[in-house]
Amino acid sequence: MPQDPTERRVVVTGVPRRTLPHTRLRSRGRYPQTSGYYRPRTEIDEQTTLGHTYVRSLMRSQLRVALVVFAVLVLLVGPLPLVFAATPDGATLEWAVLGFCLYPPLVLLARWYVRRAERNEKDFVRLVEDR
Amino acid sequence: MNENYSVPAVALVVVATVLVGAFGLRISRTTSDFYVASRTVGPRLNAAAISGEYLSAASFLGIAGLVLVQGPDMLWYPVGYTAGYLVLLLFVAAPLRRSGAYTLPDFAEARLGSQAVRRLAGAFVVGVGWLYLLPQLQGAGLTLAVLTDAPDWFGGVLVAVVVVATVAAGGMRSITFVQAFQYGLKLTALLVPAVFLVLAWQSHGAPRDAFDEPPTFREQRLVQVDSTLDLRLSRPLTVTATGTVDGRRYEDARVRLPQGAHHIESGTRLTFGRGDPVPAADRGSSSAMSTSLAAGREERPLYATYGLILATFLGTMGLPHVVVRFYTSPHGVAARRTTVAVLGLIGAFYLLPPVYGALGRMYAPELSLTGDADAAVLLLPDRMIGGAGADLLGALVAGGAFAAFLSTASGLTMAVAGVLTQDVLPSRGVRHFRLGTVLAMAVPLAASVLVGGLPVADAVGLAFAVSASSFCPLLVLGIWWRRLTPPGAAAGMLGGGGAALVAVGATMAGYPGTTGSLHALLAWPALWSVPLGFVTMVLVSLATATRVPAGTAAILARFHLPEELTDGQVRAAVSGTSGAAAGAKESEL
Repeated sequence: MPQDPTERRVVVTGVPRRTLPHTRLRSRGRYPQTSGYYRPRTEIDEQTTLGHTYVRSLMRSQLRVALVVFAVLVLLVGPLPLVFAATPDGATLEWAVLGFCLYPPLVLLARWYVRRAERNEKDFVRLVEDR
Repeated sequence: MNENYSVPAVALVVVATVLVGAFGLRISRTTSDFYVASRTVGPRLNAAAISGEYLSAASFLGIAGLVLVQGPDMLWYPVGYTAGYLVLLLFVAAPLRRSGAYTLPDFAEARLGSQAVRRLAGAFVVGVGWLYLLPQLQGAGLTLAVLTDAPDWFGGVLVAVVVVATVAAGGMRSITFVQAFQYGLKLTALLVPAVFLVLAWQSHGAPRDAFDEPPTFREQRLVQVDSTLDLRLSRPLTVTATGTVDGRRYEDARVRLPQGAHHIESGTRLTFGRGDPVPAADRGSSSAMSTSLAAGREERPLYATYGLILATFLGTMGLPHVVVRFYTSPHGVAARRTTVAVLGLIGAFYLLPPVYGALGRMYAPELSLTGDADAAVLLLPDRMIGGAGADLLGALVAGGAFAAFLSTASGLTMAVAGVLTQDVLPSRGVRHFRLGTVLAMAVPLAASVLVGGLPVADAVGLAFAVSASSFCPLLVLGIWWRRLTPPGAAAGMLGGGGAALVAVGATMAGYPGTTGSLHALLAWPALWSVPLGFVTMVLVSLATATRVPAGTAAILARFHLPEELTDGQVRAAVSGTSGAAAGAKESEL
């Protein structure tokens, strides 16, 4: 468990223990059907729960970043048709915005998302492997 | 249009494609596996390959044509195609790569462990693929018809034969660098002529009337009306007519047309004077390429615009040839970075079609009357520059257009044929894959010859709507929601995607006419069918909560955990990827 939880981006709820969660995670996660690759390792319910808690926290932080960027996209694009319809000189504005101006923000949003998502993952790996 | 240069350019692209397809057979065998090769593919090269496959006839010809006819509202298409990749990046890219799924049916099976859902997803892949192939073939037919005197169906048949031959022989799609090269070719084929066209525009004194509503004729222009149409005039107009107008024969006579609608028979030639506004044309929905589903700007409801935005933003993630490409990224992080690079590349490309659309409104406005608006990109060099230089530029554009048809069509054919081989035809194997390829192409080819009618970009819009209402809920909920059940997924895909498919079918069959709110609802289904898909999927999943697949938590862990935590497991999953995916790879290579 990290000494200073505020440093972590990932919220972990659940009792930390010395066993390495990632070895639990490693032994799982195959399709139940492809039994040929299934490691015959019994999974203790307790540890499984802990592993799931970690995964859940990662998923939640990733989903949060995605939703933030998506919300920005919706706010950016959503009102545009109304603006074009309402402005008297809407057609010229429409040429400028849709023809050129909208592409750079899309790329910038994508880059920002990727940076955040990768940082989330890096933090998560550190959290799991620190111990 | 001079065909001395264009025909060799098209022939060159076709021959190069066939040759690469033939060599591809050898290369893809020696590298043993698509996946092994992908380990060496960096995000940039891979992004160029994805972009090369993604930029289709709709991007290359259709957008400029639609902008020419309908004005800047149509610029939502390229914006949507690009933003679709952003949404894909946010919710799908990395988890989809980590899932190890090679196709959408593979994903459905891996996530839900249900053969029924797999088959249903396969059916939708085939449906979306066919819808998307149709405009590629139509665009090819139009291109050849404009360049030469070939009949309309010839170009479509040519593309179909070349694609079936190359895909059945070795599959050019699996060779990343070819697709990357295609991106370069398409960009060059639009960029170089665009530079010259803009220079020519400058030398004409940089007129700004492209942004006028409606566009006007810059010079006296003779227009040959090839198929019967109705002109709508907002104010009286005098033209010189040879042929039948409003039921009366004219022979090179000045005709004063009062405000209102006028019926022009096919074969009529009209001469418009300098400065005349270009009249709006109404056509039956089944006759010509360039009539859009939604009529002129003032009649285009906001509803249609929002429907278009929703369909393209959410539909990209479900296109069969897009999903397959994510498998070539070595890991989830690379998949994300690849997607960002794709955004940049296709964004750069989409700066060009609006230029052609704007120039087309100034220099070739009559295309909206003759029904060949999709040919604007091909005709502009000749119209604005003229001479041998224009012929060379025209040849470059024609070659690029054919590259667009061939690369997108082969990617789609591959995806559709893969599904047909695995899930429909009785046994797997190379021979059945070849049969599947023929089947995958035969249906849209027949439809393009029989149905004809839809403008390129609109037909693509319909494919996006179906994809957004079926695969978008499946992917987003499948990746982020633990309580998704197989019955829920099936019901959602059927409810949303099926409804969109029915609406699309009704629109294509010409029901219910071309005006009215019911028509708008059916022609732009995304606004109601996407929420329908999501809601159905969630509600049915909640109602069948006992049927959440047993391994869900483990599968989601694999989707979301960074590879460094799951490395051994990923390797195992790769060699065994849900048996079926491995089978797909073998049968395709």
